[in-house]
Amino acid sequence: MLPLEGITVLEFAQFMAGPSAGLKMADLGARVIKIERPGTGEAGRGIALKNIFIDESSMVFHTANRNKQSYAANLKDPKDLERIKKLIAQADVMTHNFRPGVMEKIGLDYNTVAAINPKLIYGVVSGYGPVGPWAKKPGQDLLIQSLSGFVNLSGNEADEPTASGLATSDIFTGVHLVQGILAALIERNKTGKGAKIEVSLLESTLDIQFEMLTAFLNNGKQLPKRAKQGNAHAYIDAPYGVYKTKDRYISIALTPLDQLAKAIGVSLPAEFVDQTTWFDKRDDIMNFLAAELVKETTAHWLSIFEPMDFRVSDVYNYKEFLAHEGYQALQMDQDVLTSDGITMKTTRCPIRIDGKRIFNKKSAPKVGEDNRSIDNEFNLNAL
Amino acid sequence: MSKPLEGILVVDFSQYLSGPSASLRLADLGARVIKIEKPETGDLCRDLYFSNLVLDDESSMFHAINRNKESYAADLKNDVERQKVYKIIEKADVLIHNFRPGVANRLGIDYDKIKALNPQIIYAELTGYGKEGVWKDKPGLDLLIQSLTGLTTLNGNDGAGPVPIGLAVVDILSGAHLAQGILASLYQKQSQHVGAKVEVSMLESAIEYQFESITCFFRDGGQPTLRPKSNSAHAYLGAPYGIYATKNGAIALAMGSIPFIGELIGCEALSNYPEPESWFTKRDEIKGILAQHLKTKKTKDWLAVLELADIWCAEVMDWKTLFDQEAFKILEMVQEVNRTNGYTYKTTRCPIQINGDWLTSEIGSPILGEHTEAINEELVN
Repeated sequence: MLPLEGITVLEFAQFMAGPSAGLKMADLGARVIKIERPGTGEAGRGIALKNIFIDESSMVFHTANRNKQSYAANLKDPKDLERIKKLIAQADVMTHNFRPGVMEKIGLDYNTVAAINPKLIYGVVSGYGPVGPWAKKPGQDLLIQSLSGFVNLSGNEADEPTASGLATSDIFTGVHLVQGILAALIERNKTGKGAKIEVSLLESTLDIQFEMLTAFLNNGKQLPKRAKQGNAHAYIDAPYGVYKTKDRYISIALTPLDQLAKAIGVSLPAEFVDQTTWFDKRDDIMNFLAAELVKETTAHWLSIFEPMDFRVSDVYNYKEFLAHEGYQALQMDQDVLTSDGITMKTTRCPIRIDGKRIFNKKSAPKVGEDNRSIDNEFNLNAL
Repeated sequence: MSKPLEGILVVDFSQYLSGPSASLRLADLGARVIKIEKPETGDLCRDLYFSNLVLDDESSMFHAINRNKESYAADLKNDVERQKVYKIIEKADVLIHNFRPGVANRLGIDYDKIKALNPQIIYAELTGYGKEGVWKDKPGLDLLIQSLTGLTTLNGNDGAGPVPIGLAVVDILSGAHLAQGILASLYQKQSQHVGAKVEVSMLESAIEYQFESITCFFRDGGQPTLRPKSNSAHAYLGAPYGIYATKNGAIALAMGSIPFIGELIGCEALSNYPEPESWFTKRDEIKGILAQHLKTKKTKDWLAVLELADIWCAEVMDWKTLFDQEAFKILEMVQEVNRTNGYTYKTTRCPIQINGDWLTSEIGSPILGEHTEAINEELVN
């Protein structure tokens, strides 16, 4: 039995942050019903990577919305709104990411909804928090990465600010939303009361920089300085980074420089013997190492470093990684099936409970696919 | 304000960042977290310095991750001390560790042993690579997992080689997933009165993090990941998605209609791309044109035009610039915390808001073993 069985989540959220939270709750056993605009449905259905669609919805939508149901309702239509309110009265959780003021206008703001269902956990995702000069600005992943300082941490010194090439802000915001909602469900068991949980892309993206921000706040506000080459972390001393070898690359994480030099078979220049230089002279040291590491293949270096339990690894692309037996042993992928009979291979939930991996065949729903059954089950027909 | 996890006791054996970031979040949400640390050395993170920065004799990283926790020093290899730790575990709701496979057994805190002591405990285990397969005994470090899983092929421009994300994103995400599993299991524990084992690996978390691009790889027949030649911010998205230099800084542009943006910024060449499909297939061309054009004016001038038309754009900021913004200040994201020896430092707060309140705490990181005696008196003797 999955831990969230019996929990019903109504997802008014769109795009990635909110829906990724819904997906995690679904994987953990909750029933997640997307509330969508009739016809077009949630806006994320139209956003595609590489122009790839599965049916009328994009592959990305299918990735973030598998294992959910869909109920189509026009929130501006009073009859539909009544149905939704009746559904809310029977739900445990609802989530949305409308810009501030929109739910008030519709009449599904927290105060109104809490009067209908005082036990409801109400989760809100915003770009920048509910108030303030940026509250109504669009909150989008790349924009938040860019203005939160996050893009100044990756890439080399001379590079442009470098974003992570995936929806990092969305994903962490979704993760934090789940944490808040689950904590509130735990508290509800004691108090019988619901709660409003709010997260924002900006705060979540600052949170994942907490280690660096703590350094920044306590070291006289020195900004991060990326390494000249092979940068993997602006704050960690040499040899931490990525190096070119004769045939590929090698990543070297926390490994004492003196031991590394010895294993490579070179003597460490006197100027690098003092450990404090490993950060202060990082670029010189990395340059020195790069000249040595490029002389042999990655396999050669791994055959020396791995038996010494150095923190090193090869660098793979998807083709190499996903074909590797190390990946295959995880059974990390699964096939999901749409109601049209289309099969899509995607990843599963990374959390295992009681030793079991969590799989689910259900794909993302079409807009309104579950209206009839939900009307019957939640007794919404009478309206 | 009361916090949702008040009354929950977490016994945390984990070190470095992954596991401790999970227990930090549980502490933020109101749980009591007791770190069990090896006498004398303690959590090895205490000595893992960032830019040689020493705060109160220890690393800034340790202080960031371990605020709002207690420290109990015990040598698990010593039978008397291990028995004391068992007494604490008997009263705990959650146990966390991030030892490599086999170590928990040797220390006498494997799941079977702990379950026998406390059948309703949530036993949470974070590994690098899981407990099966050829990688299981490898050291689980963030950069290595980024490198293995293809994550370094997603960032930066085509031709740049592997570009890791410059923070311990996999540590933090796997810790967050562990916290999710723990919270879900605590919820179930309340209603069903059952314990659970929760397992997360950094490897699996790193894969789920890339669920969009990996699903894309499965779908497109396994084509190589191809990053844009310039201004890359996503290998699988079309123009204008990226960061562009301006006359005095940089601007980020997310999704948007190319001809419309061209019209707004006065760049006629962009009218040659009316087909949305071409924004992906010809993105290198389009990005080249945009990059040349956006260099000609200041960030603020572009924002004035683009924001007005509701184009998704933002100024690229460093922390100093961000911290000066009114929109940042009102978030009160920075809090000051105190160690019991009087040392004070600044750090960030939990990003989750409950009923309009931020979750803050003034308690700093513990000195190694500072709560051993008090905990002995309260929970052991």
